[in-house]
Amino acid sequence: MTDATMDRPAAKASDDGELTTADGTPLAVSLRRSHAQARRRAFYLVLPLLAFLVITFLVPIATMMTRSVQNYEVADYLPTTTAAIADWDGTGLPDEAVYAAMAEDMVVGSENRTIGRVAARINREIPGVRSQMMGTARDIDEMSPPWKEALIAEDEGWANEEFWRLVKRETRTLTPIYYLLSFDFEYNSHGEIVERPEEYQVYRLMFLRTAWMSLLITTLCIVLGYPVAYMLANLPLRYSNLLMILVLLPFWTSLLVRTSAWIVLLQQQGVVNDMLVWAGVIADDGRFRMIYNQIGTIVAMTHILLPFMILPLYSVMKTIPKSYMRAARSMGASPLRSFVSVYMPLTVPGLAAGVLLVFILAIGYYITPALVGGDTGIFISNLIARAMQGSTAELKLALALSTILLVAVLIFYWLFNKLVGVDRLKFG
Amino acid sequence: MLTIEIPGGNQSAYGMSESDHVGASVAFDGVQKSYDGKTLVVRDLNLEIEPGEFVTMLGPSGSGKTTVLMMLAGFEPVTHGEIRLDGNPINALPPEKRGIGMVFQNYALFPHMTVEENLAFPLKVRRMSRGDIAKRVKRALKMVEMPEFGSRRPGQLSGGQQQRVAVARALVFEPNLVLMDEPLGALDKQLREQMQYEIKHIHDNLGVTVVYVTHDQTEALTMSDRVAVFKDGIIQQLSTPSDLYEHPQNSFVAQFIGENNKLSGKVSEVTNGQCRVDIDGGGSVTAAAINVEGKGARTTLSLRPERVELNPADDCPNVLDGKIDEMIYLGDHIRIRLTVADNDEFIVKVPNKTGSLDLKAGAATRVGWRTDDCRALDPVDQA
Repeated sequence: MTDATMDRPAAKASDDGELTTADGTPLAVSLRRSHAQARRRAFYLVLPLLAFLVITFLVPIATMMTRSVQNYEVADYLPTTTAAIADWDGTGLPDEAVYAAMAEDMVVGSENRTIGRVAARINREIPGVRSQMMGTARDIDEMSPPWKEALIAEDEGWANEEFWRLVKRETRTLTPIYYLLSFDFEYNSHGEIVERPEEYQVYRLMFLRTAWMSLLITTLCIVLGYPVAYMLANLPLRYSNLLMILVLLPFWTSLLVRTSAWIVLLQQQGVVNDMLVWAGVIADDGRFRMIYNQIGTIVAMTHILLPFMILPLYSVMKTIPKSYMRAARSMGASPLRSFVSVYMPLTVPGLAAGVLLVFILAIGYYITPALVGGDTGIFISNLIARAMQGSTAELKLALALSTILLVAVLIFYWLFNKLVGVDRLKFG
Repeated sequence: MLTIEIPGGNQSAYGMSESDHVGASVAFDGVQKSYDGKTLVVRDLNLEIEPGEFVTMLGPSGSGKTTVLMMLAGFEPVTHGEIRLDGNPINALPPEKRGIGMVFQNYALFPHMTVEENLAFPLKVRRMSRGDIAKRVKRALKMVEMPEFGSRRPGQLSGGQQQRVAVARALVFEPNLVLMDEPLGALDKQLREQMQYEIKHIHDNLGVTVVYVTHDQTEALTMSDRVAVFKDGIIQQLSTPSDLYEHPQNSFVAQFIGENNKLSGKVSEVTNGQCRVDIDGGGSVTAAAINVEGKGARTTLSLRPERVELNPADDCPNVLDGKIDEMIYLGDHIRIRLTVADNDEFIVKVPNKTGSLDLKAGAATRVGWRTDDCRALDPVDQA
């Protein structure tokens, strides 16, 4: 960076060694400026989609995630109690100040008709609190201080330490409770995190089932799709086009129709069972149960997701020249060895893309498990859907479950990126 | 899993040295090939290739030369006839058991392996020890003068470098026969010429038999011991490069190899291996009767541009009148396009000597040649 560079008029080196253009602007700045317009134009082109995504995708997801940890009922509707109970150490009953604050909040609350919401919130953790609070609120106008005695006299529940501990805990506006529930944990009466009673445990099982069934479906898609993709890629064009239509045909058929077709085929009085009985493979009273259970979900979902495996595989295989396998064989490798050590590694980008697509689609699948899954074949998404239709609390649980599902997918994607490298993937 | 038998091969010839390596002999015996059951792509191929020979199959695309190579490699079944490697029939042998090295048109280097892994592949398949593999890979890389490129991937190499690796890979397991399917087609002219010499030298050093397919006649002439000119699934002529150029046996070969002047005419007299031909555009000349049916038959005369003399001496046996249409200056020589006997594509090459540049387009001149330099071949329709 000495004389030679200095002599050149187009790019000069300034004293600190930085390259500049003829008029003295740093080269990097000049370069950036010259590209700025093209970049701006590109940005305007993606702007509509970006706006669409932000409004319909990012904002709802952000809302979902925040609402799943929000816990505003106690803090919002019992503001004075929230302030007063902060000083209480959680042992014994709180003192008069807290009871007085509670009475004040109840007066306001029954005027605004908000007390019911708090009552419902706490009632979820301690059954009976709703009637305790509603009953007291109804009579609060006739009561007088000291509030501690008055309230306890009105309802025994006000003398329950557990109740007060709960109120104190729930004054936090952020709560992990829905996430705990999602993993079948909860707070006990002492505010410790414990496993829920076994009969209530459902979500962990459901997450695990969703994961392993999705894995199984992905594996089945690979096993069934790989040979088909290979055939598609290597057949003469006129046959491969026909085959491609056969692969895509289910793709163009309504999901509902396809799933219903599986019901017709697989149910106990269905086509498959009828044929097996007719062929004498099974007795009439020994018909297989192939639907409304895990088998149904696995069969129907494998069928539905298969194109997502075949298409990326096909697009990659199409580009692999025949000469690679030929070269391997000319060097002495058996057809199997050539396939395994030369052909298969070259299909990894397509395979990985297929796995990513199928697994992520499967993990969040809803309609098919709902229709053919019965009790044992449903996925976490079915529970989320069910919870969405319930109360506020259930909705929040649904949001927590959804967030966990989203995070699981992101973790899977990240892992996948580490292992395969997403920039190498070929989706089609 | 699988033992590799190199048919008739010298199993101990793993030294990649000049002395102990013996090329394989190849024989095609009445080989025919059809893809669709209606037309023959290769018709009755009979060809003997000597051990250590460099034979090129030359021909336009669709002439069947690549099909022959694929049958020899084992990728296409033989419809009829027999192919023998060192005397053993190999028709039923799968490609991996033939022990034939192959260089492909697009190199077919495995993109997911490094150069070293690519070279090690045929050795690993043969279950050689790791030390031996490393030694041989190193030697092979040295042979193609790329010792420092072992850890790169094919995608990081230039076309010429990929080409060298492909050659090294086809040779690293010391096959007795190496097939090359238009291996230089993707390279630019200068690199192609350089690689021609390198491949030729490697062949000379190793003594391996090479069957080479190309449509480039310069390549064929430069490298080969013998050239088989293909057309329509038939070998038109099989001879040494010089023979092919000097003594083409038919009009196709004359036209395909090198530059050629064609003059159509009718044989009026045949005597002593020579014939008198009445040129269609006027005039009568004597030519060597190579491929003429006899008196009265039509023929096409073949004449190399550098054998034609402008304004020949009076004792020149064959002289025709011509008109200079165009002069193209090419440095060491001048190409002159003339109209001779109604043929306006008559080319004469004149060395750039004093006085050569005095010729002018539009001038009338005479052209002449020795009788032996003009060959009367089978007639072609002059388009």
